[in-house]
Amino acid sequence: MLSAPAATNGTKAVVSVRSETDSQQVAKRPAASSPGGGRRIGSALGRAAWWTAAVFGLPFGLLALWWVLSADSETFYLPPLSEILASFDDVWLHSDRLAADVLPSLLRLAAGFLLAVVVGVGLGVLIGSFRRVRAFCEPVLEFLRAIPPPVLVPVLMLFAGFGNTMKVLVVLSGCVWPILLNTVEGVRAVDEVLTETCRCYGIRGPARLWHLVVRSASPQIVTGLRQALSVGIILMVISEMFAANNGLGYTIIQFQRTFAVTDMWTGILLLGLLGFLLAMLLRLFERSALHWYFGLRQSQRDDGQR
Amino acid sequence: MNSTALPQAGSGPLLDVRALRKVYAGRGRSVEAVRDLTFSVGAGELVCVVGPSGAGKTTLLKCIAGLLPPTSGELVLEGAPVQGPPPGMAVVFQEYGRSLFPWMTVQQNVELPLKQKKSLDKARRRQLVRDALAAVGLADVPDAYPWQLSGGMQQRVALARAVAYEPHILLMDEPFAAVDAQTRADLEDLVRSLWQRLGVTILFVTHDIDEAVYLGQRVLVLSASPTLVLDDVAIDLPAERDQLGTRSSARFGELRAKVFGQIQRAKGARPTDPAPPTDPALPADPEHADSDPADSPADVPPPRQSTDAGSR
Ligand SMILES: Nc1ncnc2c1ncn2[C@@H]1O[C@H](COP(=O)(O)OP(=O)(O)OP(=O)(O)O)[C@@H](O)[C@H]1O
Ligand SMILES: [Mg+2]
Repeated sequence: MLSAPAATNGTKAVVSVRSETDSQQVAKRPAASSPGGGRRIGSALGRAAWWTAAVFGLPFGLLALWWVLSADSETFYLPPLSEILASFDDVWLHSDRLAADVLPSLLRLAAGFLLAVVVGVGLGVLIGSFRRVRAFCEPVLEFLRAIPPPVLVPVLMLFAGFGNTMKVLVVLSGCVWPILLNTVEGVRAVDEVLTETCRCYGIRGPARLWHLVVRSASPQIVTGLRQALSVGIILMVISEMFAANNGLGYTIIQFQRTFAVTDMWTGILLLGLLGFLLAMLLRLFERSALHWYFGLRQSQRDDGQR
Repeated sequence: MNSTALPQAGSGPLLDVRALRKVYAGRGRSVEAVRDLTFSVGAGELVCVVGPSGAGKTTLLKCIAGLLPPTSGELVLEGAPVQGPPPGMAVVFQEYGRSLFPWMTVQQNVELPLKQKKSLDKARRRQLVRDALAAVGLADVPDAYPWQLSGGMQQRVALARAVAYEPHILLMDEPFAAVDAQTRADLEDLVRSLWQRLGVTILFVTHDIDEAVYLGQRVLVLSASPTLVLDDVAIDLPAERDQLGTRSSARFGELRAKVFGQIQRAKGARPTDPAPPTDPALPADPEHADSDPADSPADVPPPRQSTDAGSR
């Protein structure tokens, strides 16, 4: 279907064997809601268990390793994990730091990230749709993309001061590139037959933009989002380390400067945990927004195997 | 002798193609896909276009659909020159699998073009979608995604989308090239019944001679590239056609042989040659030549002949 001749031939072979009749109006592959027998439920449970093990196995393994190796640690800078975990809830949960530091950090990250989505997808659609615009913008984009966003922090401080605006702009300036570039690629790859279908049926304007361009590019856009998220977390912390009076990055730097090493480690753990949760959130979004894409690829693989 | 709906008096042809020429200009190399095509299609007609692979059939259709600007020549649809995709036209593409939106369900695919028509309210839209899906026999899978369907079913979704759009003219580009014989026969009958019921004008491109003769009121035979119209064969078979009876009738055999002869000549013919006249010496299938179709109900339909033998 994306690769027309191969897919078509595959389909032909399948169909001729099945000798489809009109009474046989069933979908080739059952949709998500298929009747569940006992084995199906069993395998679903098995899958859930496997998934849980896959997701949590390695992290917990590494934590256990850390726990064991650091158990007798006398080094001031590497306290035992048991101590770190013991002080974790004192530092973060039995204080106002969640509201005073973690929340502002997350809000700045969210604002920068969402702005980057709007700007990146918007510009990406524009640049990807018109060859002239692309030729015009490409050199500038390559130049801007090559600048490491952290060096923008001092510059942005000059313009936007030390407040939230600066930090949001720093996050935005880093997140926008992966989203923009992936969107451009996605938009350029929109299927020509679908484009012509839209022209024939008078699908234009916002309907075309959404149903054809953005949806076609959505797998690449989500790839961009995933890259942008990790960049965004890094920049959130860095922007707070430069100049701030609250936030996760600021707190960790404060701990370090006051030689509260154990507390500093709890901050690093929390940061990792947050990154993990945000990535999972994005994965959930991907599962629902791109379920068609996974289904399509699966069906192409199935056709290829037969 | 047949039910050919001639263009209504005074209304003129629905579609007029005059001296159409299309050259694809590429870097360094240009391809003359269509040299000189002139024909017209009356309102309510079902015209089939046959020609070998690479003859420029898709090119012709895309020009008519307003998707490609012709290099020269004129295209007039319903009295107005074609400049972009005309509003009353629907197209079923050769690559039907790629022409369905994989992120939409069957129902959403059929409904999307209707949403662009401001005159339709939601209830009417839903009604059109339901009717179209029922007409192609897909009433029970509105919520499936195209990639969950077999090739023949996907093709029927594309057909339902075209039908729901209520076009005046329907262009179909080798729509059944990739489905099995049984499904194909069903889809052919479906096209004829939709055509008879809806009164829509259909231009049906195929490389399959049998299919063209079975479906059409007229068959336009195209030469190999660079393309000319070799012949315009009127199909004087009865309006009520069925796969077994019609295909085994003597007249069907004659018409098929006639078109086949033209195609054979097309392969050898220099494009500059004048279109060869119809050759009465060309024999029809002797087995069927004088047999009454009613006498041979058990006859197996004659083998299909293709304009591009074995390339598909
Ligand atoms: N976009 C294009 N650029 C250049 N040449 C093209 C293009 N599209 C088609 N052609 C050429 O034009 C000629 C006619 O192509 P076309 O697709 O119209 O043939 P067709 O009759 O539809 O063939 P088929 O039966 O295989 O679908 C071919 O020689 C092809 O190589
Ligand atoms: Mg073609």
